[in-house]
Amino acid sequence: MKHNLILRVVSKFLIPLIILFALYVQFHGDFGPGGGFQAGVIFSAAIILYGLVFGLDKAKRVITPYVLRLLASLGVLIYAGTGAATILLGGNFLQYGVLASSQLAGQHLGILVIELGVGMTVMSVMLIIFFTFAERGQAVLNSKIESERE
Amino acid sequence: MDMILGHYNYWMVIIIMMAGFYTVISRGNLVKKIVGLNIFQVSVFLLYISIGNVKDGATPIIEKGVDLYSNPLPHVLILTAIVVGVATTALGLALVVRIKEAYGTIEEDDIHNQDQSL
Amino acid sequence: MIDNIVDITLLSLIAIHAVAIIRMRSLFAVVMLFSGFSFLSAGLFVVMDAADVAFTEAAVGAGISTVLMLATLALTYTPAEADKEEKAPTHKPWLPLSVVFITGALLIYGTYNLPGFGDPNAPSQLHVAPYYLEKSMPETGVPNVVTAVLASYRGFDTLGEVTVIFTAGIAVLLIIGGRRRVKSKIEKNGGDREA
Repeated sequence: MKHNLILRVVSKFLIPLIILFALYVQFHGDFGPGGGFQAGVIFSAAIILYGLVFGLDKAKRVITPYVLRLLASLGVLIYAGTGAATILLGGNFLQYGVLASSQLAGQHLGILVIELGVGMTVMSVMLIIFFTFAERGQAVLNSKIESERE
Repeated sequence: MDMILGHYNYWMVIIIMMAGFYTVISRGNLVKKIVGLNIFQVSVFLLYISIGNVKDGATPIIEKGVDLYSNPLPHVLILTAIVVGVATTALGLALVVRIKEAYGTIEEDDIHNQDQSL
Repeated sequence: MIDNIVDITLLSLIAIHAVAIIRMRSLFAVVMLFSGFSFLSAGLFVVMDAADVAFTEAAVGAGISTVLMLATLALTYTPAEADKEEKAPTHKPWLPLSVVFITGALLIYGTYNLPGFGDPNAPSQLHVAPYYLEKSMPETGVPNVVTAVLASYRGFDTLGEVTVIFTAGIAVLLIIGGRRRVKSKIEKNGGDREA
């Protein structure tokens, strides 16, 4: 994809907007439609678009695979850790009321935190899957070039 | 007329579901089989959301002055199901890629013949 | 009324897409039709008041799964077979067709006892949904009931879903993440194809 000028310019313009929208969906999910699942897939769609237009190597420089694996496990850990924290604070598993002084504030905090965990895991797993497929393609292509040289 | 309007969604969902089912059982190409599975899956999503819909209801976001909402429960179930669905689809596609590398084809009949000739 | 017209039109278009996917042999066309199919169903979800679901379906179905299927096509077909057609089916279609028709007829027979579409007094509308709609605001302070149910009332369920997604990611990494033996396989297969 070296010559698609229109595609490059338009996606340069669109990608920040998509990421901004993903963050809005993530953190405004309590009041409008949205939440961690939606935000995760929208965010990963932005990075996938970047990878498709500008190449896999550049996309990997934005978020390295190591960071992605870290984020994917961290998301599940945040979610389960919130549950563990509520147990330690004297409630049941995922009973958010005990997290803050009042029931409503605790619920709000708990929902925000676990949505963050969901968003992180979904975003990074989608990107891990995409990067793995694209890497496989590159490996196949490289080995073909090598075998032609031989 | 009421009968048709009231059940049109279910009938169309069943037609879509059977289209997906037919693709899965009659086609030998593995990528097409996965597309068929996805069609089947989307038809189930449509069925759930149809069941949760209330005539003249609003999107279930509480607001003053609105009394009638659609059922939020199917939305929750399907929301998570869609994301889990794409993760499992990716798993299936990864298996297709491995099958291609091992057998050199993704046509079911050819794979079967290779297994027979071993 | 307008709701019904939009609903019927979108559903018919979705069904046409599904049938076209069966008849189409070019796999690239099949994947693109599937993308359109997903996007139309996202539109239908908006009409049926499921904004959250529509979001997800538009991003996932029309975006990510299409990209993944195209990536699979790129990995499974060489550039020489540019049209990427599936082989014509070798079996007669009568057995699968009869299975599908019998199953479909039984399912349609089953719908006759279902309550009508959008009926506010259907059993599914009367049991837990009113509780969530009334109590979610005073109990959790979150106006979006879908988020409240997803994260709070059914938080344990969602933890399971997130774990499933995480596991699927790990499994994909395990299946095609490594680079071993790609080269030798390709050479062998290339030889087979020419022979």
